[in-house]
Amino acid sequence: MNRDNDKGKVLINRSLILGAVELFLLLCLIFRLYYLQVYQADKYKTLADENRISTRLLVPPRGVIYDRHGVMLATNRQNFQVMIVAEQTTNVQETLDALKKIMPITEAEEERVKKDLKKNRSFVPIKIKDNLSWEEVSKIQLNAPDLPGIIIDEGLSRYYPYGEKTAHVIGYVSSVSDTDVKDDPLLEVPGFKIGKAGIEKLYEKRLRGRGGNLKLEVNAIGRVMKEIERVDGIPGDRIDLSIDARLQTKAYELFGEESGAAIMLDVNSGEILAFVSVPAYDPNMLTQGLSTKEWNELNKNERKPLMNKAVAGQYSPGSTFKMVVALAALESGVITPQTRSFCAGRMFLGDHAFHCWKHIGHGYLDVVQALQHSCDIFFYETAQKLGINKIAEMARRFGLGQKIDIGLENEKEGLIPDTEWKWRRFGEPWQQGESLISGIGQGYILTTPIQLATMTARIANGGYEVVPTFTKKDKGSPLNFKKMPINSSYISLVKQGMYDVVNAPGGTALGSRFDFHGLKMAGKTGTTQVRRITMKERQTGIIKQEDLPWKYRNHALFVGYAPHDNPRYAVAVLVEHGRGGSAVAAPIGSKLLLEALKLDATSQPVE
Amino acid sequence: MYKFYETSFKSQPPTMREKFQNISFSFVLLLCILAGIGVVMLYSAANGSWSPWALNQLMRFGLGFAVMMVLAFIDVRIFMRYAYLFYFVSLVLLIIVEVEGHIGMGAQRWINLGFMKLQPSELMKIALVLALARYFHSSSLQSIETTKGLITPALMVLFPAFLVMTQPDLGTALMLIFSAGAIFFAVGVQMWKFGVLLLGALILMPIAWNFLHEYQQNRVLTFLDPERDPLGAGYHIIQSKIALGSGGVFGKGFLKGTQSHLNFLPEKHTDFIFTMLSEEFGMIGAIFVVIINVLIIAYCFAFALRSTSYFGKLAAIGLATNFFLYVMINISMVLGLIPVVGIPLPLISYGGTVILSVMAGFGIILSVNVNRNVNIGKD
Repeated sequence: MNRDNDKGKVLINRSLILGAVELFLLLCLIFRLYYLQVYQADKYKTLADENRISTRLLVPPRGVIYDRHGVMLATNRQNFQVMIVAEQTTNVQETLDALKKIMPITEAEEERVKKDLKKNRSFVPIKIKDNLSWEEVSKIQLNAPDLPGIIIDEGLSRYYPYGEKTAHVIGYVSSVSDTDVKDDPLLEVPGFKIGKAGIEKLYEKRLRGRGGNLKLEVNAIGRVMKEIERVDGIPGDRIDLSIDARLQTKAYELFGEESGAAIMLDVNSGEILAFVSVPAYDPNMLTQGLSTKEWNELNKNERKPLMNKAVAGQYSPGSTFKMVVALAALESGVITPQTRSFCAGRMFLGDHAFHCWKHIGHGYLDVVQALQHSCDIFFYETAQKLGINKIAEMARRFGLGQKIDIGLENEKEGLIPDTEWKWRRFGEPWQQGESLISGIGQGYILTTPIQLATMTARIANGGYEVVPTFTKKDKGSPLNFKKMPINSSYISLVKQGMYDVVNAPGGTALGSRFDFHGLKMAGKTGTTQVRRITMKERQTGIIKQEDLPWKYRNHALFVGYAPHDNPRYAVAVLVEHGRGGSAVAAPIGSKLLLEALKLDATSQPVE
Repeated sequence: MYKFYETSFKSQPPTMREKFQNISFSFVLLLCILAGIGVVMLYSAANGSWSPWALNQLMRFGLGFAVMMVLAFIDVRIFMRYAYLFYFVSLVLLIIVEVEGHIGMGAQRWINLGFMKLQPSELMKIALVLALARYFHSSSLQSIETTKGLITPALMVLFPAFLVMTQPDLGTALMLIFSAGAIFFAVGVQMWKFGVLLLGALILMPIAWNFLHEYQQNRVLTFLDPERDPLGAGYHIIQSKIALGSGGVFGKGFLKGTQSHLNFLPEKHTDFIFTMLSEEFGMIGAIFVVIINVLIIAYCFAFALRSTSYFGKLAAIGLATNFFLYVMINISMVLGLIPVVGIPLPLISYGGTVILSVMAGFGIILSVNVNRNVNIGKD
């Protein structure tokens, strides 16, 4: 009985201890609650918002690109997409089948849609097709009751109204690739496109604008419950280019089936009014994305539509280089305006013969006549007396052999050789014969069409170091181009020669002359070989250009400006394998200059 | 209110009228408040709807309430008389479930009675307490203090605990062991024996680790480092802490818990309902619920101490500790203090079996209180 009492007491004591322990443990929970809900509350509030708030970037509309008169060259077009939301239809296959009756859907597209549907949650819209026509959109809307789960989404896509005519100026936009620098969260947005070439690439940052923010409340599986906050982005800047869409179109069309490049500059401001490389690609197709087959076709085309020949094509300038040689010779005193030379059709250096293009010879010529007739012998002799270094120096002053840097990718430097270059490049001394052929713009010399256009503009404006640009300049804005220290009378002499090329009997571009209310053009043709004419061929008769395969034909060049007495426009035209400068390139240059003059005459100021 | 030191020396069982008067209505009120909070939270969990949980829960509580009242009127000696039988029946049911589980696929924890699913492990929670109470009621202090006298009750615990663990239901198995441990402690088993047991457990732990299922191992590892797998096993703990912590002092308001309603919080109507409550009603609401539970347990202990019979005392303490373990384990789990084990918060979490088992336990505790002056002989 005593022990029984003890047993009861033990139970009471131990129960009290047990109760105290339980009470203590429960109170610990209260401390833990305090720790989480007061001490760490801010941390968890942040985490809770991160959980429930999904921030999405709003893509701003890309800046529109205009020509100098406000014509749209690149714009944003509404792009209608048809999408399917799995959870809004009872049977995805039935809906797709019904849609197929309205618009064509390829098997590959259907496969992709089904794959995307599996990958995503059922409330996520999956794109079936984009770039729908109005007709397709209205058909889908008419048949909406039979198309459960089908929605039409409106987006913006880039559109180039002038297509391939402006391709090598404007470039195109395309999806962000792995190699692009991701300096902006916008680039992570699916489907976002950035400039990949041309102005689109050059002014990418300005055109892109700034992304906005959309804060959405989402649940645990990502479904959007409501919109919390919307901060609109800033649209991209508009860009006004110096290009004149009418001249641009004209230049492109003048090429017809030929390929090459043409550039027209304002000789005083340096504004690029037309800039074409032919053939070109359709930027609208590149923006939508090409198939591998289409891409290969573009890539393998021997006329290289993807290459911007105006800046990336390097060609011997040929006779268009003769103005530079003439100026160098006059400036250094090797010849005077009165110096006359005799052309017998060929000359010898050692036992090596150098031929004039006119094998019976030109007889006695001064520098103006030499330019007019494009006599090779005159310039061989002049170059021989001058030496390559003086020629090179003058060439560089006119912008040859260096990047003009108008902001387009893949611009090439060209090549203006001198004795030092030869040593560096080949470890051999310069040969006199090399000076001779340099005198007619052949040999090592390489120039790009944009350099030739720059050269022509600098001659036309009387020796001002104008720099080409795509930026439209306001009327009356100051032009701070330096005048080169070249005697103006020498430049006038060269310009006289260029005038005679077009307008005097015997001039190489006589056939392309025009007289538009007294306004005429001046210019210089050039024809350069892309294959060597062997001695044997010279004896048996030179093969006619028409009989050669396209890629062995001569390049045709023309540089010129108008009006002759008060120049405003300069052009450089290169026709790849165009056979002859007089026959093919000069007419293009002439028509383009005439078009510019006509537009000037009819133009109402567009503001 | 009952009077703590009111004593009566009647050894006759109370009449029905006396029984009714002796039911502590303040205690019953506390239970109703707790269940009411549960119903309110379930209404919120369904985004402000009585279905599918709140109304169901209310009906189940009604049933549980009836069971409690019926048990409260039963003579406490009946519980003692049938304690072993009840234990035996529960054990057999556990074995049946175990065998069926092996025949069928995967874990099975219940027997389908048609109108409800009976979990034998829930029955065992009560049966074990009653059986141990009866065993220790009959044994002397000397035998309790010897190791030999503890072999039988230890086996009474370990056998069902093992069966439940293999179901596998680690949480319930641990609850059985802990509540039995509390009873062993209460009856006066020497402290050093607990020390030896603890030491043994520590040594055996690496071995036991290998017997755990992979998902159970994951739960423990995830508890130790929730960031280990933030979208998988760690998701529950992380999301629970986020929801709860973001509730702050006053909460986000009824029906306004973002994490719960946007489904970031998993199992918000069952195991993690306390988190949802803390998100919507803040620390104030959470502490209120803890205090209600503290009061319920305190009442149970008071009933135990007032009872004149050893069996009554021990049964009340065991059942109260059982309830305490539910509350403690569930809240510790959602607060990230212990690994996630599937233990609901009694009377608040959605689930019929737990309501019935807990209310039955309270019914027996009330019966102990009602029959506090009934003298029970030493068998």
